[in-house]
Amino acid sequence: MRKAELVMALCLAAFSAYLMLKSAELPIGWIPDEGPGGGAFPFWLAAGMFVCCMCVVYRWFRRTSPISQSTEPYMDKNTQRMFITIAGSLTVMIGAIHFIGVYFSLPLFLMFYLRFLGRHSWPLVAGVAITTPIITFFFFEIALLKALPKGFTEPLFYPLYDMFL
Amino acid sequence: MEIINLLIGGFVVAFEPLNLGLIIFGCTVGLFIGAMPGLGSVNGVAILLPMTFLVPPTSAVIFLAAIYYGAMYGGAISSIMLGIPGASTAVATTFDGRPMALKGEADKALIAAAVASFVGGTISVVLFTAFAPPLAEVALAFGPPEEFALMMLAFATFIGLGGDDIPKTFFSIFIGLALSAVGLDIVSGEPRLIFFDIPGFFHGINFLVLAIGIYGIGEMLWTVEVSKGNVQMSKATVTVERTFDALRKVLGTWKTMFMGSFLGFFVGILPAAGATPGALMAYGIAKSTAKDPDSFGKGNIAGVVAPESANNAASTGSMLPMLTLGIPGSPTTAILLGGMVIWGLEPGPLLFVEHEEFVWGLIASLYAANFFALLINIAFIPAFIMVLKMPFTILAPIIFCLCVVGGYVPTQDMHDVWLMLGFGIVGYLMRKLDYPLAPAVLAIVLGPIAEPAMRQSLIGSHGDISTFFTRPISGTIMICAIGLLLMPVIKILKNRMQAN
Repeated sequence: MRKAELVMALCLAAFSAYLMLKSAELPIGWIPDEGPGGGAFPFWLAAGMFVCCMCVVYRWFRRTSPISQSTEPYMDKNTQRMFITIAGSLTVMIGAIHFIGVYFSLPLFLMFYLRFLGRHSWPLVAGVAITTPIITFFFFEIALLKALPKGFTEPLFYPLYDMFL
Repeated sequence: MEIINLLIGGFVVAFEPLNLGLIIFGCTVGLFIGAMPGLGSVNGVAILLPMTFLVPPTSAVIFLAAIYYGAMYGGAISSIMLGIPGASTAVATTFDGRPMALKGEADKALIAAAVASFVGGTISVVLFTAFAPPLAEVALAFGPPEEFALMMLAFATFIGLGGDDIPKTFFSIFIGLALSAVGLDIVSGEPRLIFFDIPGFFHGINFLVLAIGIYGIGEMLWTVEVSKGNVQMSKATVTVERTFDALRKVLGTWKTMFMGSFLGFFVGILPAAGATPGALMAYGIAKSTAKDPDSFGKGNIAGVVAPESANNAASTGSMLPMLTLGIPGSPTTAILLGGMVIWGLEPGPLLFVEHEEFVWGLIASLYAANFFALLINIAFIPAFIMVLKMPFTILAPIIFCLCVVGGYVPTQDMHDVWLMLGFGIVGYLMRKLDYPLAPAVLAIVLGPIAEPAMRQSLIGSHGDISTFFTRPISGTIMICAIGLLLMPVIKILKNRMQAN
C-alpha cells in the first residue's frame, strides 16, 4: 500500500505537469482587452494538482497519512485475478462494439460473466443474454430514438426499423 | 386573495381530463427516464418535445413539466439502487443513499427521497406562487462575480465532503475542474487540452462519462474486491411497518428538509446555477450542522433528504426566471423555453398578463405533478427493491452493460465509452488509496459555470480580483466560502490543542 501511494502520487504529478504543458499551448497570462488567456484556468488548476501531489509525497516521507503507514498489500493475488478478468472482459466487450455492435457484444459479455464468473445455469444465462439486448433495443432505439452502435451488423436491423419506426 | 382566485382557476385547467392524464403519464415516463443512468430530465423533455405538438400549448407544457418532475424524482432511484447517479443533480444522493441500500435500507432511502422531493417541490411551488415577480428581480442582481462566488461556496463545501485528507480532496477538485476545461475555449473558440489530437476531446468531457465511470465501473470493481466476489444482496423488504418507520425518520429530519427546500429554491432561481450546486450545498450544510457529522456517507437518512429536497425545489425555482424573464435556469428549462417560443408563448413579465390561464394552469399542475410523482414513486418502490434482491453475479454484468450504454448515449461517441472505462479503472485504483472522488465529479459539473463567470468578472474589472469582494452579494458569499474553507484547518488546530 505504501509503495502504491508513492507511485500513484508520482504518476499523478507527472500527469499534472503534462496538463500544465498542454495548457500552455494557449496563452496563460493576461491578454490586454481580452482578459485571462484560454490556457490560464487549466494551467493554474494543473499547478494546484502538482502541489497537492507533492504534499502527498511529503506526507509519505514523513509517514503522516494512514495509507503511508499501512503495511497491507495494495492488491492481493485473488483481487488481482478478479480485477484483470473483469477489466479485461470489459475492454474486450467495448472493443468488440466497434465491429459487431452493442447487440452482439453485450450478450457475449453477459454469457461470459454469468457462466464463467457467476457459474449460473445455461437456461438463466441464455435468458439474461437474450432479454437484455431486446429490452435495450426497444427502450433506446424505439421509445427514445437513440441509435446505439451496430458495427457491420447494422443491415440486420433495417427490417426492425421498418417494422417499429 | 387575487392569487388564490388565480390559483383556483389554474387548478380547473390542471384537472381537465387531458391535462390530468398527461400529468400522470408524464410523471411515470419521467420517473423511468430519470432512473436510467445516462438519461436525465433534459433527455426526457428533449425527446418528448415533438410529441407535444399534438396537444394545445398549455397541455404540452404541463406534460413536459410533469416529465421534468418525474425525472427529478427518478434520478435518486439509480443513485440509491445502483450507486450510479442518473443525473448530476442526484450525485449527492449517492453519498448516503447507496450505503443505506447496502445496509438493507433501500426502501427507507427511496421513501426518504420521495418524501423529501415532495416537500422540496411543494415548498418551492408555494414560494413560486407567492413571490414570483419580486424573486425574479433578485435573480437579475446576480452577475458573473456573484455566480463565481456561488461556485466558490459550492467548492468550499467539497472540502468538508472529502474526508480528512485535504491535499487529496483539493487534488480531486482541481482535476475535476481541469477536465471540465477540455474541449474548446469558450472565449477564443480555440481547441484546448486535446490530448494526442484525438478528435473525441473536441466536444469536451461530459460529466456523465466521469460519473458513470467512477460510480458504475469503479464502484462495481470495488464491491467485487471488498466482498471477494460473494456479495450479500440487500435484505430490504417493503412492509407497512417499515414504511411508517421510514416516514417517522424522514419527518424527524424536517429541519434538514426545510433547509434543503429553501436553499434549493433560491439557488434554482439563479440563472445558470441549477439544481446540482443547490443539492450539494444542502448536503454540505446538513453534514456540517448535524450532531453526528461522522455518520454522513455511511447511510444517514438526512444525507438523502437534504439533496433530494434541494434538487426538487431547485427544479421548480429554475422555472421562475424562465417564465418571468425568459432566462432558463437549467438545460431542461432551456428546452421548455424553446418549446414555449414554438407554441407562440413569449416568456417574460407580460406572460403573466397576456396568458394568465397558461401561467396559472402550469403553476397548479406543478402542485398536482408533485403529488402524483410521490404516489407513483412510492407505488414502484417494491419493484425497485426486487432489482436489489437479484444475485450480485447477475446484477453486476447488467450494471456494466448499462454503464456502457449510458456512457454512449449522451454524446453517441464510442470515444466517451473508452474514457468512461479509463475513469472507472483509474478511479478504482485511486479510491483504494483514499482519494475522494465525489469532489471530482461535482467539479466537472460546476467547472463550465465557474470558468466563464470568473473570466467575465475579470474582464469586467480589468483583472482586479477585488471585484469578488467589493460587491455586496458576492462579497458576502465569498466570505462564507472562505469561512468554510478554513473550517478543516480550524478543526485540525482544535484537535492539536485538545491533544496537547
